[in-house]
Amino acid sequence: MEENVVHQEHKNTPGYGYNILIWLTLISLTCVSVAVAGLDLGAYILLTALVIATIKSTLVINIFMHIKFDDPIFKLFFSLIIFTLFVLFVLTAFDILYR
Amino acid sequence: MSNSVSTTIKSFYEYEGKHKGILGWILSTDHKRIGLLYLWSMVGFFLVGVFLGFLMRLEMLSMGPTIMGPQMYNAAFTLHGIIMIFLFIVPGIPAAFGNFLLPIMIGAEDVQFPRLNLLSWWLYVTGGLFAIVSLFLSGGPIDTGWTFYVPYSIRTSTQVILPLIAAFILGFSSILTGINFITTVHRMRAKGMTFFKLPLFVWALYATGWIQIIGTPVIGITILLVIVERVFSVGLFDPALGGDPILFQHLFWIYSHPAVYIMILPAMGVVSEIIPTFARKHIFGYKAIAFSSLAIAFIGTLVWGHHMFTSGMSDTARWVYSFLTYIVALPSAIKVFNWVATMYKGSIRMSAPFAFVMAFIVLFSIGGLTGLILGSVATNVHVHDTYFVVAHFHFVMFGGTGFIFFAALHYWFPKMFGKMYNEKIAMTAVGILTVGFLMLYFTMFILGYEGMPRRYYDYLPQFQFLHIFATVGSWVLISGLLLMFWNLLYALKKGSPAKANPWNGMTLEWMTSSPPPFENFNYHPEIKFGPYEYEHYDEAVKDEYK
Amino acid sequence: MNTNSHNIAHHRDDFGSKMGMWLFLFTELILFGGLFIMYMVYRVEYSEQFHLAAKELNLALGTINTLILLTSSLTMVLSIVAIGRGSKKISILYLIATILLALGFMVIKGFEWGAKFSHGIYPGGAELANLSNGEVIFFGMYFVMTGLHALHVLIGVVILSFMLVFLLRDKINKDNYIKLEAGGLYWHLVDLIWIYLFPLFYLLH
Repeated sequence: MEENVVHQEHKNTPGYGYNILIWLTLISLTCVSVAVAGLDLGAYILLTALVIATIKSTLVINIFMHIKFDDPIFKLFFSLIIFTLFVLFVLTAFDILYR
Repeated sequence: MSNSVSTTIKSFYEYEGKHKGILGWILSTDHKRIGLLYLWSMVGFFLVGVFLGFLMRLEMLSMGPTIMGPQMYNAAFTLHGIIMIFLFIVPGIPAAFGNFLLPIMIGAEDVQFPRLNLLSWWLYVTGGLFAIVSLFLSGGPIDTGWTFYVPYSIRTSTQVILPLIAAFILGFSSILTGINFITTVHRMRAKGMTFFKLPLFVWALYATGWIQIIGTPVIGITILLVIVERVFSVGLFDPALGGDPILFQHLFWIYSHPAVYIMILPAMGVVSEIIPTFARKHIFGYKAIAFSSLAIAFIGTLVWGHHMFTSGMSDTARWVYSFLTYIVALPSAIKVFNWVATMYKGSIRMSAPFAFVMAFIVLFSIGGLTGLILGSVATNVHVHDTYFVVAHFHFVMFGGTGFIFFAALHYWFPKMFGKMYNEKIAMTAVGILTVGFLMLYFTMFILGYEGMPRRYYDYLPQFQFLHIFATVGSWVLISGLLLMFWNLLYALKKGSPAKANPWNGMTLEWMTSSPPPFENFNYHPEIKFGPYEYEHYDEAVKDEYK
Repeated sequence: MNTNSHNIAHHRDDFGSKMGMWLFLFTELILFGGLFIMYMVYRVEYSEQFHLAAKELNLALGTINTLILLTSSLTMVLSIVAIGRGSKKISILYLIATILLALGFMVIKGFEWGAKFSHGIYPGGAELANLSNGEVIFFGMYFVMTGLHALHVLIGVVILSFMLVFLLRDKINKDNYIKLEAGGLYWHLVDLIWIYLFPLFYLLH
C-alpha cells in the first residue's frame, strides 16, 4: 500500500513461451558456432565467431535483459557505452597494428 | 541582522536520527553530513600531501642528499602523488561539495541511493587507511611513482600490493558516487527543473559521473593485473615472457587521462556558478558550457596516448592522439571565453571566491596552453619526463582544481557552516597563495625546458638557483594555505552568523536556511526561472531569502 | 512538513533502481573490456601461437558450460516472469535452478583448470616453461579472463542466494520485485561475458 511508487510498466514483458523460444535460438546459435569452427575459414573464423556471439548477446540484452521493452533511455546509455568501448578498441589498434 | 528563518528552522546539525554523537555522523545517510565527512577527511589527506611536498622541496634545496636519500625521495614523490590524486583531487569537489549541494541545487531531499552514498565514504576512508598502513609493511613504502609502470612495479621489493588494493577500493568509491549522481539528476529534480534549468555545477557533476563510470573500471583491471603479476608471475606485462609493457601504459592511461577531467570538470562547474553570482549577470552561453562539459567528458576519453609519445607506440598512433588532444582543448577554451564574456559589463562584487576564480583563470589558462606544447609530438619528446610536465599538471590540477576547491570552500562556507569568514584575510591568503604558486611552479617550466628530469632527487649545478627559488616559493605557498585554513577554522568558531543568501544568488541552495534543515527545504521548491536569470530575482526568491 | 521524521520519506523508485543497476553493469562491461582489449593486442601479435595453444582447451566442456550459462539466463528470466504473475513457488524453483546451474558451471570450470594444472600448464608451471611466449600469453589471458569471470559467477551465486532468501520471506513479491530484476540483470551480464569468452578461447582452431 505504498503511494508514489514508481513501478516499471510490465505490460510488454514476454511470457514463458517467448523466452523459451529465444533460449532455443541461443542454443542453436551456439551449436552453429561450434560446427563452423571446425571448418577451414582461415581469416574469417574470427569474424564469424564474433558475429554469432554478437547476435547471441543482442538477444540476451534485448529480451532477457528487457532493454527492448524498457524506456529508450536505457538503449541510449547502452549504445553510448558500446560506442565508447568500440572507440577504445580502435584507438589501441592504431598502436598495435602499426608498430 | 539575524535572518528570522535561520533561527526558527532546525539545521541538519541539530537533527537527531537513529544514532547519536559521532555515530550520528559516520553512520548518517544524510548527503550533507556525508559531504562534510568527505570534506574533513579530504582536507586531512591534503595536508599530509602538502607536508610530503614540503619535504620533497627541502630535499631539492641542494644537490645530492639533503634531508633524505634517493630511496626515500622515490617513496615521497610516490606517496605525494597517490595522496593528492586519489585521496584529494579525484574525489575532491564532487565528493565534498557535490554531495552537499547536488540534491539541494535540484530541489531534492537527498541523493537517489543514500546508503550507497555512505558506503562510498566508508570505502574512501578504508582506501586511505590501507594506503597509510602500506607504508609500514614489509618492503617499505612504494617507490614506483603514482603511475606504477611495469616492469618496475612488478619487480620492486617495496610494498606494492596493498597501496594498489587501496587504489582499487578508492576507485570503487568513485564509481558508486558517479552512479549515484547520474541517477539522482535523472530522477530527483524538483518540479520545473528541466535539464536546461539545471545549475551548471550540476551539469558538470553529471558529466563527471559518466567519466567515473566509464574510466574507473579500466584502472581497476590494470590494478588487478599488476597484483596478479606480482603474485603469480603470469607474464602478461613481462617482456621476458612475451608480455607488452606498453599495453600496461595504454590500460593505465585509458583511466588516468579521463581522471584529470574528473578533476577539472567539477571545478569548471563551480566557476560557472561563482562568476554569474559575483558579476550579477547571466552566464554567457549556458548551453555551450553545458554541452562542452559533455564534449570534454567524451573526447577526453580518447586522448590518453599523449602520455605515451616516447613509449615506443606506433607513429600512426602518435599523430592520432596528438590530433585528438588538440581537439579536446576546444571545449575548455569555449568555457574560458564564455566566463570572460560573462564578466564583461557585469556588476562585479569582489570577494574571496571571485578572487580565487580570477587566479584560476590565469593559472588554468597557462596550464592548458602548456598542455598544447606537451600535446604536440615534436615538442613533447624534449620535455617529456622533465619538470615541464610537473609544472603543467600542477598548474591545471592545483592552480586549476585546487584553487577552485578553495573557492568553493569559501563560496559555500556560509551555507554549509552558517558562519561568515573574514573577507580581508581570505583575500590576502589568495594573494599569498598565488604568488607562492607562481614562484614554485612557473619556475618548474623553466627547469624542465632546460632539461631538469622529473623524479630525480639530485641534479646538475646549473639548476641550483632555480631549485632554491622554487623551494622558497613552496614556503610562501604553504604560508598562504595555513593563513587560509586558519581563517576558516577561526570563522567556524567565531564567525558571524551567515544569512541564507549572503551572495544574492538564485540557485536553490540560497533559497533555504544557512545551514539547511535536515530535509533541505521546509517547502517544496518549484522552479520557474533559470539559475542565472537575475532579472527575475525578486519574483524567484522568497522574501526571507533575500 | 514534519521535521521530526526519522528518515527522508523515500518514495520507491523502481526506474531509478534499474538505472543504477545498469550504470553499475556498465562498469563491469568496461572492466572486462580492458581484458578484451588486451586479448585483441596479443592475438594480433601472436596469432599462430594462440591458434596452437587453443587446441589444449577442452571444447566439449567449454560448449557444455556455454549451454549451462545460457540456460541459467533462461531460468533467471522465467523466475522473474513467474513472480510478476504472482507464482511465488515457481519463481523460487526457477531461481534455485539458476543457482544450481551456476554451481554446475563452477564445477566444470574446476575440472578444466584442474586438468591444466596437472599437466603443468599454469603460471610458473613446468609445461608452460617449455612453451613459446605466445602460448604463455594465451594461457595467461585464459586463466585471468576465465578466472575473473568465475569470480563474478561466484558473486552472482551470492547475490542470487540473497534474492532467494528475499523471495522466501516475501520481501520480493508480485508488487515489488525490482531486486530480483536487478539481480537478474547482473546474472545476464555474467552470461554475456562468457558468450564472448567462449569463441575467443575455445573456437580458435
